[in-house]
Amino acid sequence: MVMKGLLKFPSTPSIVATGVTAGPLEKKSAFQAGFDKMYDDERCNLKTNEQGHSKLMEDACMIALSKVDKIPADADFLVTGDLVNQMTPSSFFATTVGIPYLGMFSACATSVSSLLTAALLTEAGMSKLAIAGSSSHHNSIERQFRYPIEYGAQKGAAAQWTVTAAGAAAVVPFQKGFPSIERGTVGRAIDMGMTDPLNMGAAMAPAAADTLKRHLEGHGASASDYDLIMTGDLATVGFSIFKELVKNQGITEFDNFSDAGMEFYGNNPDFKAGASGAGCSAAVYFSEVYQKMKDKEYKKVLLIATGALLSPLSFQQGETIPCIAHAVELTMK
Amino acid sequence: MFSIYITSFIVGGLICVIGQLLFDVAKLTPAHTLCILVVTGSVLDGLGLYEPLIDFAGTGATIPITSFGNALTHGALAEAEKHGLIGVLTGMFEVTSSGISAAILFGFIASFIFKPKGSV
Amino acid sequence: MDKEKYAKLEQKISPKPPLLKNVIKAFLVGGTICLIAQFIALFYMTFFNFTERTASNPTVATMIFISMLLTGFGVYKKIGQVGGAGGAVPITGFGNAVVSAAIEHKSEGFVLGVGSNIFKLAGSVIVFGVFSAFLVALVKTILVKMGVVSW
Repeated sequence: MVMKGLLKFPSTPSIVATGVTAGPLEKKSAFQAGFDKMYDDERCNLKTNEQGHSKLMEDACMIALSKVDKIPADADFLVTGDLVNQMTPSSFFATTVGIPYLGMFSACATSVSSLLTAALLTEAGMSKLAIAGSSSHHNSIERQFRYPIEYGAQKGAAAQWTVTAAGAAAVVPFQKGFPSIERGTVGRAIDMGMTDPLNMGAAMAPAAADTLKRHLEGHGASASDYDLIMTGDLATVGFSIFKELVKNQGITEFDNFSDAGMEFYGNNPDFKAGASGAGCSAAVYFSEVYQKMKDKEYKKVLLIATGALLSPLSFQQGETIPCIAHAVELTMK
Repeated sequence: MFSIYITSFIVGGLICVIGQLLFDVAKLTPAHTLCILVVTGSVLDGLGLYEPLIDFAGTGATIPITSFGNALTHGALAEAEKHGLIGVLTGMFEVTSSGISAAILFGFIASFIFKPKGSV
Repeated sequence: MDKEKYAKLEQKISPKPPLLKNVIKAFLVGGTICLIAQFIALFYMTFFNFTERTASNPTVATMIFISMLLTGFGVYKKIGQVGGAGGAVPITGFGNAVVSAAIEHKSEGFVLGVGSNIFKLAGSVIVFGVFSAFLVALVKTILVKMGVVSW
């Protein structure tokens, strides 16, 4: 059956464990209580930012595995990604763990696209244990996409702070008592002509609204079915625009709506509009949201991770910012 | 003599205000803004207006990046006066060498000492 | 929703830069940096054999040195965040652009990293400065030769 990007998982693969690691600044995060490991050094005591980045992801993966008493050799697939050129941090860590590896790039929406891919592999009966995840590292991402870390450029109120964090989830065939993956929607790349790389939320909001609409209509669901609908890293500005767009779709109640990036650092003005980065949604989904599902506080959640598919080159060449949003629906039975 | 401290503050501040307007109103990146200011400084010197500004405001005129354009043009013009057209090429860095050499030197030294810190 | 309609919605919701506040902060920060430089120039004139004109060179070098320290200790990015153009336009901002690029790219080594990238941000200023100085000086020299203007 052709589904036009809609995914259904009748076998409902489960997430049996998660691992979340974060950098020193993330101790200020509203979600820090749920993080498994936080480093005091922004490079995890390694030489370069990128090595630290790799270490974050590796530790998140190892923590997730250790929670179910597994070692990397037990895993069938590793599906991860990050934002650094050619995703070297993910690839380098993939060489150390030695799990068959699929690199995944959907910018900051990688958390959900990897989770969907791992669920598909499990659904197809090809995987007994797959690790899905994504990560970002402030210093390595900022220097690549914007300016050197110590450059004194003024950031506006719409700017977002790339988090240093990684999240990994261990996906297995259905197991009772764990959150499982029921449905998903693969997003469409959407470009509304936004050009400001310091206002990513505004660029990403239409992609999130589009994916939400397609998910609800395609699966015959309504927004009120969910205990939580959480977008990835729209942050305050993007989330306000997202709500406006969603209002046009006839949704008026926003009590169950939230955004990981907006809430990540609380209301700390130092971080402007909020957090962003592939590690932002992964860290929040796989800590707080996952835990609350396990505690049965949430029974049904919709996670819509958002990503801006730009590169420094495309921006300098005057291109607009195409964006993507992928959705995954988790249930707790 | 004492008034130079006041004019320095005000003129230096006002040049920065122009930069801020280019940031916020014209929505230019820092690099574009600084390039425009440098070109402006160079043109002002060609019109013979920048030197009087230095006399009036001291460091208020020599510290903003506009003075870099001024110094380049000034060096070129001084050599051109002596040697004709060829001086335009050779005189460029005559006046402004200290800024660039200091930047290279201290930048390089800094790279021995410091590491970037991703703090807020 | 089409792009134009979306651009309107985005404009409506995205926060505007607080122009007056930013301008005042740029004025104060930029003015203060120039004032500090004036005191440094005074120091060179008083204790060394410099005139008001020649003091400018060591002053600029000293300001860049201070900028190096502030950049290295992570202070300049805060000055830039508060002051905006007030931090970027003075020569200390030029120093910050050079120093921040230098320390950022140390991880790729001194030759390929620091050496190649040190003017990554500040290079455009030098290029445009040199090119405009060339044009301006050329035009003026030709005009003088033609007798239209004098030196």
